[in-house]
Parts: sequence; C-alpha cells; structure tokens
Amino acid sequence: MAQHGIEEHSHGLVPLQTRSERPRSTTIGDFAEISNRQEIWRYLPLDQLNGLADEVMAEVVEQEISSQLAQGVTATWVNTTEDFVGSAGLPEDRISAISWTNASKTLLIDVPANTEISDPSFLTARLANSDAKALHVFVHVGANAKATIVLDHVGLGVLAENVEILLDQGAKLDFVTIQDWAKGSSHVSTQFARLGRDSFLKHVVVSLGGDLVRITPSVALDSPGAEIQMFGVYLADSGNYFEHRPYVDHIAANCISNVAYKGALQGAGAHTVWVGDVLIRQTAIGTNSYELNRNLLLTDGARADSVPNLEIETGKIEGAGHASASGRFDDEQLFYLMARGIGDSEAKKLVVRGFLNEVVQKIGIAEVEQRLIKTIEQELEKVGA
Amino acid sequence: MATLEIKNLHVSVETDQGKKQILRGVDLTINSGETHAVMGPNGSGKSTLAYSIAGHPKYEVTDGEILLDGEDVLAMSVDERARAGLFLAMQYPVEVPGVSVSNFLRTAKTAIDGEAPKLREWVGDLKKAMNDLRMDSDFTERNVNEGFSGGEKKRHEILQMELLKPKMAILDETDSGLDVDALKVVSEGVNRAKTNTGLGLLLITHYTRILRYIEPDFVHVFVAGKVAEQGGPELAERLEAEGYDRYLKADA
Repeated sequence: MAQHGIEEHSHGLVPLQTRSERPRSTTIGDFAEISNRQEIWRYLPLDQLNGLADEVMAEVVEQEISSQLAQGVTATWVNTTEDFVGSAGLPEDRISAISWTNASKTLLIDVPANTEISDPSFLTARLANSDAKALHVFVHVGANAKATIVLDHVGLGVLAENVEILLDQGAKLDFVTIQDWAKGSSHVSTQFARLGRDSFLKHVVVSLGGDLVRITPSVALDSPGAEIQMFGVYLADSGNYFEHRPYVDHIAANCISNVAYKGALQGAGAHTVWVGDVLIRQTAIGTNSYELNRNLLLTDGARADSVPNLEIETGKIEGAGHASASGRFDDEQLFYLMARGIGDSEAKKLVVRGFLNEVVQKIGIAEVEQRLIKTIEQELEKVGA
Repeated sequence: MATLEIKNLHVSVETDQGKKQILRGVDLTINSGETHAVMGPNGSGKSTLAYSIAGHPKYEVTDGEILLDGEDVLAMSVDERARAGLFLAMQYPVEVPGVSVSNFLRTAKTAIDGEAPKLREWVGDLKKAMNDLRMDSDFTERNVNEGFSGGEKKRHEILQMELLKPKMAILDETDSGLDVDALKVVSEGVNRAKTNTGLGLLLITHYTRILRYIEPDFVHVFVAGKVAEQGGPELAERLEAEGYDRYLKADA
C-alpha cells in the first residue's frame, strides 16, 4: 500500500488560517477522530455514518460495479499500491484516509491519449449489502483525449469513496457523479482532480437520495491554462442530508474556474450544506474565478447552509467573485403563473424546474438530464406541491 | 355575451400596522365589448381592485361579491379564475428564471383551453401575434420577464391576452413606463383583441394618455376606495384638464 506522509501540517489549537494548510496524508492516525467541533465535520449527522468512521471496513468488489463503456474507454482493477495512485490528490480528512487504507484495489478508468470519444461511459455502483465499504476510483484521460464519464450510485449502500481524476495536457473530460441512493444509505466521497496544461474538466455532482451524502470535490490547478467548470444539482427531501464542499486551488497562472451549485429542499428535516472554497495563490496570476450557490426551500422545516469562502493572495487576477443565496418559494412567481390559468402544482413544478434548469442544462448528457427532470417531477408529486 | 359584476366590494390588506381597509364598497358592471376606464389618484385603490379580481392572496375580501356570468368568482382559486375567462395584465410582471416564454405561453394556453394547442396552428398564431406587437422572434427563447425592458414586459402581457383570449381583461396601468411608440403598439394590440374576441375591458390608469388610443365607453373615478364619479369619455377629458384635486378636496 502506498503510504504518503503529511506534506503540510499545522499543529496546535489555532484554527487553520488558510485552506492550503490542511494536512494531507493517507495514514488514518494523522487525522483526529471525527467530531462536530471540527469545521469540516461541523454539520455532519455523526449518527448516520453507519460505520464510515470505523478504521477497518470491507471494500467494494468487482461484481458491485457494472459498466457500460464507450468504445476506447477501459476499466480495470489494479492494486492501490501502483505508483500513480495518489497522483491526483491525497486525503485531507479521516474518512478519506480510512477509505484509502481499506481499498486494496483501485478501479482504473483509462482514456488513451489522442482519442476523442463522444458517447458517455457509465459506471454504476450497486452494493450487495449495507456494510460500510471502501472504494477507490482513478480516472485518467491521456493527452488531447476527450471523454464523458458518469459514475452512478444507486440502491442501498454505505460507501467511503475516493475518486481521483487526472487530466494530461490538453485533455477534456466531462465527469458526472450521481448519488441516487435508497433510504438508509450513507456515502462520503472525496474527489481529487489534477488538471494538466490547457486541459478542461467539467465536474458535475447530482445528489438525489441518501440519508447522508457528503461530496468534497477538490481541484488543483497547478498547470497553466487549465479550466474547471464545477456544477452541482441537488434535491433534498425529508431524511436527506446532503453536503457538498467544492474546493478550487488556483496555483498556476491563467487558469479558469467556475463553480455553480443549485439545490431545492422540501420536507421537515431536509438539510443541505454547501461550503465552497476558492484559493488563489500568489503564483496564480491571471486567474478568473467565480463560485455560486443557490437554494430554494419549498416547504417549512428544511434547512440550507451555504458558505462561500474566497482567499486571494495576489491582486494580479482577471476576476474573482462569489454569490450565495437561499430563499423560499416566491409567492409572486406562483401568482403570476396561476393568473394565467396554470394550476398550483404545475406552477410550482415550472418554478423549481426553471430554478434548477440553469445547472441541469450544463450537464450535456441527455440520459442524465432526462432522469433528473423526471426525479424533480416525482419529488414534487410527493409533497403534493 | 359575458358579464362581470362587482357588488359592494370591500377589501383590506395586512400591513405592519395591522389590517388596512382599501376598497370601501365598489360597484361596477362590465359587459362583453365594453371598455371601462378606472381612473384615480395614487393610493385610491385601483390596483387593489385589479388584484382582488384576479385573486392575489394578499388582498382579503371582507364584504361584497364578484360574479362572472353569475358564477361566484371569490370562491375560485387564482388559476380557476383565469380558466373562467378573467385576465389581469400586470403593472409589474414577475420574472420567472429558467422558464422560457415559449414554454410558459404553451403551458398557459394548454391550461386555459384544457388541451394542448395544435402545434402548427399554435406556432402560426404565436408568430402572428408577436409580429403584430413588433416583437423579435427570438423573444420566445428568453426567460419570462427576465431582463425585459419596461416596454417588453407590457408587450408580453398583451401578447398573452391576445393568445389566451379571455372574456374579461383587466389592464393594470399598462400605459405606465411606455414611450409614445410603445404605447401605440400596445394599444393596437388591445384594440385588436377587442375586435377579434369582443372581450370586456377594465382599463386602470392614472393618466388619460392611453385613452387617446383605447376609447373608453365608461369612465369611473376612484377616490379613497370608492367610485366617486362616473360618466362617459367626456369625464376623462375633464380630468385631463382639471386633475384629481376636485375629488381630493371634497374627500378631505
């Protein structure tokens, strides 16, 4: 098993002053036990972890992942001790380190250099039971290659997952992770992306089901000219806790990042958390960056936390901005639509669909978009909206 | 032939200072093909009348009746009123992000008619109506009222009126914020709808300007939540010359 030591470490009781100071390690013992007193676990319902904080867990086996791969894309299981594992990023928290340590195998999805693949490839995780399990996925897109990959999570499962995404120079990847778990499921997924020179990553998070879903996608922009577009759509119902923490680390010059997450919440106890970190380091001159989160609360009793953080260490940038807002259904919008004869339930659907549309349209994969629109309809039927 | 009857209408709104009575006994009867102008100073309750007829939840009817062809409008929900044939062109149309004009119009037409319009016919009607109102064809791809200029919003309201073909339309200060050219285009649209469908019109306005383009059959002057005076088109001309001072003094 590849062991990586702590690169940067700060001790003591002083809270971390900058996002880049978080320790990185694959060793579980390098991270404190999980508690709500740590900022990164602050909102998490610890009683829903269902074994994800245990140091020893099973791992996902081949039969639990089905795939439908486009011509040219390969999926193979390799040993996690392979050198490339860890090259897109290393754990920054305890559950990620636990998953790393317990996954002896890594599912390698490879797109060879200079191949342009327009059809999407689908990988679906459907776990055999609700034991806590570890999974490591590594997505590699070779130089100047182009691909679309969808990682889907369905059924009942308890999963601690690390997903690495490595793009070589000039590569282009649309990557979608869907969390459509059945009731009783818990899922913590740490996703690391490292982008080569002039490469492009569209990273899309779609969270629809699961008692506890925590996705922390981070990207290191350490080669010039790289661009990341991060999108998120989520629909949280009673009994759903969804947490998304995108992190963009601008290191090299002239990179572009854009983050936009939109969510709708309904039902008592529905809870979503969005913490968006953008760090623009001193070396990242010419950066252009924006992050946005919007939440629409459809009923009473739902709660959305939204925290955008922007750290800028250089003034020589193109632009950097953030926006965050959470609000109730707009009664005036409903009145306007209903005054045109559109029934209450249809009007609400129009408003919610419209609200999420801005991000849904960005996915660009017809199957995923249609599934999402269908789910939105079903969810709205449920409350008799 | 349709009739909208408003009888002894009393309406109040909830404010921070408690309930406030706005309409204090309004009586008004509008028949198909008639144009009634409701004029009055700011705060006299003109818009409250419009929103009360449409059923905005902010306005509470404390007494009186609204009947459309004898049917109790007050017992209907907002969408039922629209489907019964009432239409309110709003003074401040609301933005609906992510919903295209084309989707919105088709959804509304389907709701009003109870069935989806035949595609070819619908596309033709839409194109013609937009052309008449001098609206660009790419307008339908935009999101409802998002980033619309004042003039575009009002044209969009009239476009809906022409397509949805209501029995009775209430135009709430449709003239406000329009330059002369836009006012002409919008007025033509209203007159066209009247000619084509014979609808009854309740035209709410502060100024007499729009009445040069849409000729009223009756003029009602609203002061302090009641009709203070009514007459024919000549009353509008008198208001143009004298303003509302006369009523306000009498009221004080």
